[in-house]
Amino acid sequence: MIEKQLSVFIENRTGRLGEVLQVLKDSEVNIQSLSLADTTEYGLLRLIVDKPEIGKERLAAAGFSSMLTDVLIVRIPHNPGGLQNILKTVAEKNISVEYMYGLTITGDEASVVMKTSDLAKACEAFKE
Amino acid sequence: MIWNETKECMSREEMQNLQSARLRKLVDYVYHNVEFYRKKMQAIGLLPTDIKGIEDIEKLPFTTKDDLRDTYPFGLFAVPQSQIVRIHASSGTTGKATVVGYTRRDLDIWAECVARCMTMAGIGRHDVIQIAYGYGLFTGGLGAHNGAEKIGAMVVPMSTGNSKKLTTMMVDFGATAIACTPSYLLHISEVLQEEGLLDKIKLKAAVCGAEPWTEKMRQEIEKRLNVHAHDIYGLSEVMGPGVACDCEEHAGLHVCEDHFFPEIVDPKTLKGVADGETGELVFTTLTKEGLPLIRYRTKDLTSITREKCACGRTSARISRFKGRSDDMLIIRGVNVFPSQVEAALVNVEEVAPHYMIVVDRVNNLDTMEVQVELNSEFYTDEIRGIERLTKKIAHAISQAIGLNAKITIVQPGSLKRSEGKAVHVIDKRKYD
Repeated sequence: MIEKQLSVFIENRTGRLGEVLQVLKDSEVNIQSLSLADTTEYGLLRLIVDKPEIGKERLAAAGFSSMLTDVLIVRIPHNPGGLQNILKTVAEKNISVEYMYGLTITGDEASVVMKTSDLAKACEAFKE
Repeated sequence: MIWNETKECMSREEMQNLQSARLRKLVDYVYHNVEFYRKKMQAIGLLPTDIKGIEDIEKLPFTTKDDLRDTYPFGLFAVPQSQIVRIHASSGTTGKATVVGYTRRDLDIWAECVARCMTMAGIGRHDVIQIAYGYGLFTGGLGAHNGAEKIGAMVVPMSTGNSKKLTTMMVDFGATAIACTPSYLLHISEVLQEEGLLDKIKLKAAVCGAEPWTEKMRQEIEKRLNVHAHDIYGLSEVMGPGVACDCEEHAGLHVCEDHFFPEIVDPKTLKGVADGETGELVFTTLTKEGLPLIRYRTKDLTSITREKCACGRTSARISRFKGRSDDMLIIRGVNVFPSQVEAALVNVEEVAPHYMIVVDRVNNLDTMEVQVELNSEFYTDEIRGIERLTKKIAHAISQAIGLNAKITIVQPGSLKRSEGKAVHVIDKRKYD
């Protein structure tokens, strides 16, 4: 399933992450999962939220550079080898993974967020 | 030791007579050989014969770096290209470099001036000198080199960029002198210390220049390396290093005023100020053939004294520099104008028109950071996308100024917007 991910560029400065979260709270945007990629200079906060468009709009109004990116949500069985299995599928189709992070675990099922080189192709591959 | 006692110890009257004769000749020369000067003089109704002595210099119009830019590349040259034997270039205020040309005689005079400076620093034919200024379009390397050869020293043309090789050769060759920027020499002293070579060197003199430094920094260099450190001054437009240097008294820099006539003017009114008062240094090249300059505004702020120095020289002395009357920065010895950085950034479509240059000195080496904002559509959530952009911006800047700057992409709106005159530079370096 292809979903909109909300991404925010943040400078590595104390309190910046908190400010982003404050904006989302004030906008009543609920966070389902997040990943923070950091370098020495800046960080990239990637979020799966219930209302990505509203989140983007409010963050922009608050002076943050935010964007929406299509990512893949993949459900996988919650057992050893579950993730490895889908990565195998991806590799066989010659699709590369740009980044990935966990989304939810419920009962015997889990899901991950994936950004790959060719989203549509990856999506098809998983359906097969 | 004095290299040229006749010229360096002339009486004031003799010097003025010499300068007057040379100025008359120069004005006649540029009037007939450089259209730019002829037109400027005609515009104010001035004839070469109106200049009778050095005191008439105030009648002549000023020349600026912008004039060199407007006549880029060779418009102010006074000789046909066939007589030019060397070109050097330095930063211009915008994209174009400031180009200077030398005839063979110009190079001889330049070497003579550097020879005087080296001698002032106690360097002579028995010395082994490492030249650690950049060789190339920058005047530092080749300029110091020719002067050091002229005094007969053994010259090691190190250039810049390899501190380890420099320290190894300093020990192995028994180098007794070095010419480089003061901050680089401090860095070298640290490398020597790390390698445990400080007690193995034979260094006794250092001729440092190409960037502003303080008396405190000079003393620090002397203490760390157990050398005599001297301040050499110059600018490519006027000649290059060797225009002035301080002697063992360290009471101001002796100007080679038989070749470069110094004036100090108020940068606002452009009227001359009294000796001892601070103003902008202006030079007229009295003997140059290739690129003669009339009342060239250096933008360097200093004061002058014409009293005889305890060293025996009578030449005019300028004080340690007190800053600039424009926004030029000197980073690792390289002249940088914020306008050059701005011009480079304008050509990168992803970058928004706000930037900040942060200059600092870490471990005695200058660092330069350029903070930029991106136009909103170019922020990406991929690290490699941002890295690619950072490299692209760094490349554009390095192409423009010849220095590698660290690029930091900041959040939109985070760079300070100024209401009046934009502030684009934060210089954290301490000069005291």
